[in-house]
Amino acid sequence: MSTVPATPTFDESALVTRAQAGDAAAFSELVEHYDRRVFRMAKQITQNDDDAEDVLQETFLKAYTHLSDFQGNSKFYTWLVRIAVNEALMKLRKRRSDRTVPLDEPIDTGEDEMVREIAVWDENPEETYSRDELAKILDQAIESLKPAYRTVFILRDIEELSREETAEALNLSISAGKSRLLRARRQLREKLTRQFKRKGDDAFAYL
Amino acid sequence: MLTCKQFLRELSGYLEKTLDPAELAELQKHVNECPNCFVVCDTTEKTLKVFKGMEAKPIPKGIHSRLMAAIEKKIRDKGCCG
Repeated sequence: MSTVPATPTFDESALVTRAQAGDAAAFSELVEHYDRRVFRMAKQITQNDDDAEDVLQETFLKAYTHLSDFQGNSKFYTWLVRIAVNEALMKLRKRRSDRTVPLDEPIDTGEDEMVREIAVWDENPEETYSRDELAKILDQAIESLKPAYRTVFILRDIEELSREETAEALNLSISAGKSRLLRARRQLREKLTRQFKRKGDDAFAYL
Repeated sequence: MLTCKQFLRELSGYLEKTLDPAELAELQKHVNECPNCFVVCDTTEKTLKVFKGMEAKPIPKGIHSRLMAAIEKKIRDKGCCG
């Protein structure tokens, strides 16, 4: 199989235009450029290698099929992310036995407004835990988030997409994205604090 | 003086420094005077830092070649690009 080496100057919009005009090599170059990022993002959302691979393939096959629908109003990568997130959420939906609860609309119970786990951390977690142990703790923390919060956190704080790109990829308003990100961050902080808090420190120790 | 609830609602903007200077100053004043919000703010920053510092795991073998094979098949089957 031949692979197309990435050009030193990656010109996304030129490649998209060429691919839309029927240049298969240009499409392959876009795939080569983004497939690892799409896979990693899909893995973060689904927390599963096989699902992430399915999401990766579906994303690029759909992108190929619908390439003429891409208008160039956003970055090509944002468009890919939008497809990939939808595919990943569908995977999660299929995996759940209870399909009555929609995964993209969290039920607001109001409990997130409470702040729990107010305690300083014990040293630097990177120094206390091995890389594998730390990765496992972080994966479990992400996996415990509702998908609607998980996806926003992954796009904003791991993928480092902008607020606008994230809102566009998830078809959310900027303010909905902002509030979901805040909740995701607060929930992750609480989960990690349970893990990393200094021994002997209890909640409200500072009151 | 802001309440803790008001501070925590703007925590993201405070950490990202995306608010206007007057708002930031007000939030800064709260965090300087409120030990609980200081701890919440500090541990939230550490949470983001630990996630950002996470090393990307290697992609399992074969994923790229299987993807390219699937795309090449699609291109052969359908002709190129919508």
